[in-house]
Amino acid sequence: MTDSKYFTTTKKGEIFELKAELNSDKKEKKKEAVKKVIASMTVGKDVSALFPDVVNCMQTDNLELKKLVYLYLMNYAKSQPDMAIMAVNTFVKDCEDPNPLIRALAVRTMGCIRVDKITEYLCEPLRKCLKDEDPYVRKTAAVCVAKLHDINAQLVEDQGFLDTLKDLISDSNPMVVANAVAALSEIAESHPSSNLLDLNPQSINKLLTALNECTEWGQIFILDCLANYMPKDDREAQSICERVTPRLSHANSAVVLSAVKVLMKFMEMLSKDLDYYGTLLKKLAPPLVTLLSAEPELQYVALRNINLIVQKRPEILKHEMKVFFVKYNDPIYVKLEKLDIMIRLASQANIAQVLAELKEYATEVDVDFVRKAVRAIGRCAIKVEQSAERCVSTLLDLIQTKVNYVVQEAIVVIKDIFRKYPNKYESVIATLCENLDSLDEPEARAAMIWIVGEYAERIDNADELLESFLEGFHDESTQVQLQLLTAIVKLFLKKPTETQELVQQVLSLATQDSDNPDLRDRGYIYWRLLSTDPVAAKEVVLAEKPLISEETDLIEPTLLDELICYIGTLASVYHKPPSAFVEGSRGVVHKSLPPRTGSSESAESPDAAPSAGQAAEQPAVIPAQGDLLGDLLNLDLGPPVSGPPLAASSVQMGAVDLLGGGLDSLLRSDVGGSPAMGGSGFTAPGPAAPAAMGAPLGSGLGDLFDLTGGVGTLSGSYVAPKTVWLPAMKAKGLEISGTFSRQVGSICMDLVLTNKALQVMSDFAIQFNRNSFGLAPAAPLQVHAPLAPNQSVEISLPLNTVGSVMKMDPLNNLQVAVKNNIDVFYFSTLYPLHILFVEDGKMERQMFLATWKDIPNENEAQFQIKDCSLNADAVSSKLQGSNIFTIAKRNVEGQDMLYQSLKLTNGIWVLAELRIQPSNPSFTLSLKCRAPEVSQYVYQAYDAILKN
Amino acid sequence: MIHSLFLINCSGDIFLEKHWKSVVSQSVCDYFFEAQEKAIDVENVPPVISTPLHYLISIYRDKIFFVSVIQTEVPPLFVIEFLHRVADTFQDYFGECSETAIKDNVVIVYELLEEMLDNGFPLATESNILKELIKPPTILRSVVNSITGSSNVGDTLPTGQLSNIPWRRAGVKYTNNEAYFDVIEEIDAIIDKSGSTVFAEIQGVIDSCIKLSGMPDLSLSFMNPRLLDDVSFHPCIRFKRWESERVLSFIPPDGNFRLISYRVSSQNLVAIPVYVKHLISFKENSSSGRFDVTIGPKQNMGKTVEGVVMTVHMPKAVLNMNLTATQGSYTFDPVTKVLAWDVGKITPQKLPNLKGIVNLQSGAPKPEENPSLNIQFKIQQLAISGLKVNRLDMYGEKYKPFKGVKYITKAGKFQVRT
Repeated sequence: MTDSKYFTTTKKGEIFELKAELNSDKKEKKKEAVKKVIASMTVGKDVSALFPDVVNCMQTDNLELKKLVYLYLMNYAKSQPDMAIMAVNTFVKDCEDPNPLIRALAVRTMGCIRVDKITEYLCEPLRKCLKDEDPYVRKTAAVCVAKLHDINAQLVEDQGFLDTLKDLISDSNPMVVANAVAALSEIAESHPSSNLLDLNPQSINKLLTALNECTEWGQIFILDCLANYMPKDDREAQSICERVTPRLSHANSAVVLSAVKVLMKFMEMLSKDLDYYGTLLKKLAPPLVTLLSAEPELQYVALRNINLIVQKRPEILKHEMKVFFVKYNDPIYVKLEKLDIMIRLASQANIAQVLAELKEYATEVDVDFVRKAVRAIGRCAIKVEQSAERCVSTLLDLIQTKVNYVVQEAIVVIKDIFRKYPNKYESVIATLCENLDSLDEPEARAAMIWIVGEYAERIDNADELLESFLEGFHDESTQVQLQLLTAIVKLFLKKPTETQELVQQVLSLATQDSDNPDLRDRGYIYWRLLSTDPVAAKEVVLAEKPLISEETDLIEPTLLDELICYIGTLASVYHKPPSAFVEGSRGVVHKSLPPRTGSSESAESPDAAPSAGQAAEQPAVIPAQGDLLGDLLNLDLGPPVSGPPLAASSVQMGAVDLLGGGLDSLLRSDVGGSPAMGGSGFTAPGPAAPAAMGAPLGSGLGDLFDLTGGVGTLSGSYVAPKTVWLPAMKAKGLEISGTFSRQVGSICMDLVLTNKALQVMSDFAIQFNRNSFGLAPAAPLQVHAPLAPNQSVEISLPLNTVGSVMKMDPLNNLQVAVKNNIDVFYFSTLYPLHILFVEDGKMERQMFLATWKDIPNENEAQFQIKDCSLNADAVSSKLQGSNIFTIAKRNVEGQDMLYQSLKLTNGIWVLAELRIQPSNPSFTLSLKCRAPEVSQYVYQAYDAILKN
Repeated sequence: MIHSLFLINCSGDIFLEKHWKSVVSQSVCDYFFEAQEKAIDVENVPPVISTPLHYLISIYRDKIFFVSVIQTEVPPLFVIEFLHRVADTFQDYFGECSETAIKDNVVIVYELLEEMLDNGFPLATESNILKELIKPPTILRSVVNSITGSSNVGDTLPTGQLSNIPWRRAGVKYTNNEAYFDVIEEIDAIIDKSGSTVFAEIQGVIDSCIKLSGMPDLSLSFMNPRLLDDVSFHPCIRFKRWESERVLSFIPPDGNFRLISYRVSSQNLVAIPVYVKHLISFKENSSSGRFDVTIGPKQNMGKTVEGVVMTVHMPKAVLNMNLTATQGSYTFDPVTKVLAWDVGKITPQKLPNLKGIVNLQSGAPKPEENPSLNIQFKIQQLAISGLKVNRLDMYGEKYKPFKGVKYITKAGKFQVRT
C-alpha cells in the first residue's frame, strides 16, 4: 500500500475516472482521489480540469483532506481565477477557526493564491491574523504580507500592512520577529527606495535579543539584516560584534557565514590596536575552517567566500594552509577553488609545503586541474621571490615528465618568471628548447617564441629555431604570428649580420600575405623603424620591460570592499556585485564598508606605519575614499549620510590648495592688508572640531570665525527669499528650493526638500563641486526621517569656505549634487556674494586711504543703483547688517558720500564709494578692488541688500 | 527565497516538483542537464548555476539531485543547508532517501515540503515538530487509518513550534529513561609516498540518543574540554555556560540528534592508526605492472583496527588485475577501474598483503598519474583525540536515567598517495 498506486492509469482516461471518484459520497474514496490528483501534480501533469471537483472537497473537517485541497488550489488557482472565488468563503471562515493551526493554514494558503480577486478578500483576515493572540498565526501572517506585496504592492501599502509588519519587529516572540525581518527584507529588496528596515540602536538591540532565541533560519535573516546597519561608532560596532560571535559556533553553516559577514563588516570600524580586534581575528579562523569539512556543495560556497576574506584580511587564515590541501576525490569545483586560495596564502614560511603539494597535483588525472596546478607554481614563483628558484626547478622536473599539456603549461609560466626575474634563470632555456616540437597550443608556442626572441643572443641556433616556426606561418594563430614577428625583429637587432634574410621574409609575410590588420600594421611599423633608424628601432624594440606585477588576479579593492558586504550571497559566489548580474532586480543598493573610526586610527594601509605627526594631521578616513570625495560623480561612494561628523571633514580634505587653481588671478592682486595666505602651513581641520574649522587656516583667514574678534555682532545679513533650484520634474519627484544666509559668522544654505514623488525618499546626501570661494558643506545633510510623499522638510546646511577652489563662470556659480535613495541629481545656483562678507571687514581709515590710492584706477568700476529711496544713514545701517562697513561719511555739495569696506572670506578687500543724492533715487557705486572680477558681484549684492 | 524544487534522478528524469511561489516550468532544468553533461561525473556538477532568469542551486545526495530554483539574491548556503535538511527529513521519515521511497510516499513528501517552507521561508524543519504535524508512515498506522478513516496529519499546533525550545515537545514519557552518547571521531588525512603525514585532522561528533521523560536539563562535562577549541553546537546548548565553564548544558531534543561537532585542528598532532607499504609500478613499453600493498597497525593505543577496506581508482589504461590477498577478498571493476579490497581486522602477527600483476592496455603509454589509496577502518572504544566524557548530570526531573557513552574512531577522508 504505497503512494505509487496513485500513478497507475486506467484505460478509460484518468481524468474521467478521478472526476467520478472526487464526487463520490464516501469520504475515504474522496481523499484517495485527491491524493491521486496531487500525485499527478507532483510530476507536472496538468490536472487543472478537475478544479471544481477538487474545490468541492474543501468543506471538510478532515485536516489532511483540507491540506491536500489547499495544495491543489495553490497550484491551479491562477489558471482558473473565476472558480477560485468559490474557495474564498471557506478561507474566510477558516481564518476565524478556534484552532490556530487552521487559522494559520488558511491565511498562509490564501496568500499563495495569486489571483487578484482573492487578494481583495484576504486583507481583512490578514489584518486580524497580524494581531492574532497566537504567535504561530502572527508569524505566518508576517510572511503573508510579503506574499501579498509580491502580488499587489500598492494594496499592501494602501492597507498599511507595512507599518503593522514594522511593529512586529518589537513582538515578544522571537520567531515572529525573525519572520517579520525576513518579510521586510524581501519587500525592501524589491523596493530599495523604501526605508523599510529603519535600523536604529533600539531596533538593533531588539534584533540582537531575538537572535539568541529564534530558529536557525530566523538567525540568518536577522544577521543579514544586521549587516546592513551602520553603527555610529567603534564602540557600538564592538558591542554588536560581541553579541554576534557566539553564532560562529552554530551547526548551520549559513548562520556561521552570515555571522562572519557581520563581523567582517563591522571589524572595519574597529581600531587595529584594540585587543578585541585581535581576539576577533582569532575567533574567525576556526569556523571558516570547519565549513570545509561539510558537504562539497557547502564547501564550494565557503571557499568562494574564503577567497574574498583571504584577500581582505590574509591574517585570519595564514596559519591554516593545510586545510586547503586537495584530496583526490574532492569534486573538481572544490579542487580549483582550494588551489586558488593556496596561492593566495602562499608565503615564504609555507612555500616549501605548497610547492610539494602543487607538484603532487601536477600528476593527477584531471587535465584542467593539472594545468591550474602548474600555473599555480608559476604564480608562487612570482609572488614569493625566495621560492623562485625552487619553483623553476619544480617546473623543470615537470617538463621532464614530457606529459604534453604539463610541458606546455610550464613553458607559459616560465615565460612569466623570466619577465619577473630577468637574467636569472636563463640557464634553463636549453631544456625548454628541447621541447619545442611538442608544443601544439598557441599560448605555449607564443611563450616559447617570446623566450627565443628575448634571449636570442644566448641561443646559438635561435635563427634556425625561429625559421622552423616561420615555415608554417600562415597556419599559426594570430597570437603566435605576432610573437614570431617580434621575436625575429629582436633577433635581427641582436644579430643583424646572419638574419637579414629571415627578417625580410617575416616582414613580407606579415605585410603582404596576411589579411590580419594587427599583424600587418605591426609589420609595417617594424619595417619603417628598421629602414629609417635602426638605432631607434633597437631602443624601441629592445627597451627594458617593466617587471610584471605580483598578483594580477587580485580583486580590485573597491570591488572587494563591496563584495565583503555581500559575504554569503550569490554575489560572493560569482565575485561580482549584484548590480552586475542580478536580473530583474528592481534596483540594487550599493553597499559599502563602514568608514573606519577610532581615536587615533591613522592611514589605513595595513602595514604602512606613517609618522606620528602625519597621522595626527590626517582625519581618520579611508584614503581612497577621500580621493573620491572631490568627485561629484562618485557621490554614492561617499560616507554615509548618518555617518559621524568626521565624514564631513573629509569633504574638506581637498581644500589645501587655496592658492592654486583658477583663483590665482584673484589672489595675485591681493591687497597688502591681507597677510600671506600660505598654502604651505595649511592643514586640514581635525575631525573632532567642526566649530574650529577655520582655525588651522592660514593666518589671513585665521579669525574668520572668531566671533569675539573686534566686530560687534549685528543682526543677520540680508536673506533672499527661497527660489526653486531643482524642479521636481527634473529630479524624479524631488523638489529643492533654497537660499543662502549668513548669520553670526557662519554661512548657511537653507533648503526645503519636498517629496513630490509617490515613494518615500531617504538616504540624502549633498556635495558641492569645486567653486570660486571653496564653499563646502560643513556637515552632512541631516534628514532624520525618511521623506514621505508630499512631505517637505526644511534644513539649514552649514557651509564653510575651506573646500576646493576653482574659478567658476559666473564667479558665484555653485554646482550642487544631491543624492537620495533614488538617484543623484545635479543643479547649479548662483549665491549672493554678501554671504561671503566677513564680520571683520572694517578697515582702518588710514589703511583705507592708502589702499584706495594704491589700487590702480583701471581696477575701479562704477555702477548705478536705481530706485532706492533710503537716506544715507539708513543705507549705512542696512549695509552694515550684511557686513559692509561704513568707514567715513562726507557731505560734498549736497551729496552724501559713504566710504565703505568689506572683506571676502578668502581675504580679498573691496573698497566702495557710494554717492547718494537726496533728490535722486539713483545711487552711484564705485568699487575698487585688486581683483576687479568680483566687483560686479559685489554690486549685485549691494543692489539686492538695498532694495529689500 | 526558494522558489521551486525539482528532484531529478541520475538518468535525468524529473520525478517530483514543488513550487512555493508561482509555477516555474520544468524547462529551467535544461540548464542543469547541460551542466551535468559537461561535468561528466555526477559529483562534479557545480552547485550554483546561473540561467538567464533564475539561479539553480543543487545538492547531490543518495543518487538524487535536489535542484532548487532561486529568483532573487539569497544566501546560497541557506539554500544548500535547507536542501540537506529536506534530504535528512526524508531519510528520517522513510528510512532511506531514495527515488522509490519518495515515489512511494509522494503525498507525505508533498505535505512535508509544504510544511517546511512557506513562500520560500523555512517554516518547520525540526524533525520533532514535523512528526507532530505529519506522522511518519508505518504499516500499522496505514492499516489503522484505512479502517478508522483517520489521517496522518496532526490537527493541533505542535507544542514545540513556538517555545524557546522548539526542538523538544512537551509531555514526553518513557518507562525506561535512557541517555546515550556516541563520541565518533573521523580522521581526515593525507599521507605522502614516503609515509609521512602531509595533513591530518580529526572531525568529531557527539551523537546522542536521549529518551528521557519530561523536561530534563542535562550537563555533560569532559575530562579534557581544552581539546574542543573549534566546536559547532546544536541550538539546544547554552553557549554562555560553555564559554565560562566548558560544560555542555542543555535541554535535549527527544530522540536521536547531533549534540556537537568539533574539529581537532591540524596544529595538534594526530595519531595515525595504520600505515601502508605500497609499491605500484608500471613498466615502460610493456603492458603490465606490479602491485604490492601491505597494511599494518600503528599508534592504535592497543585497540584492534577493524573494518579495514582499501579502495583505489586505478589509471584508465589498466585492463585487469591479477592479485592474491593474504587476507580478505578483493574486487576490480574493469569499467570504473576501481579496486576494492575488503581486509577486515588487522592482526599484527600476520599483516594483510595484496600482491600481483596489473594488466595494461597494450600499446597505451605508461600511465602518468599515481593512484591514491583510500583507506577505511574503525576502532571501537577509542576516541583518537583522547577526548573523554567525565560525567552527565541531570536536573529538573526526579527519576534516575540510565546513562552510557560509547567511543569510536573511523577513517574519514584517509588517503595515501603513492
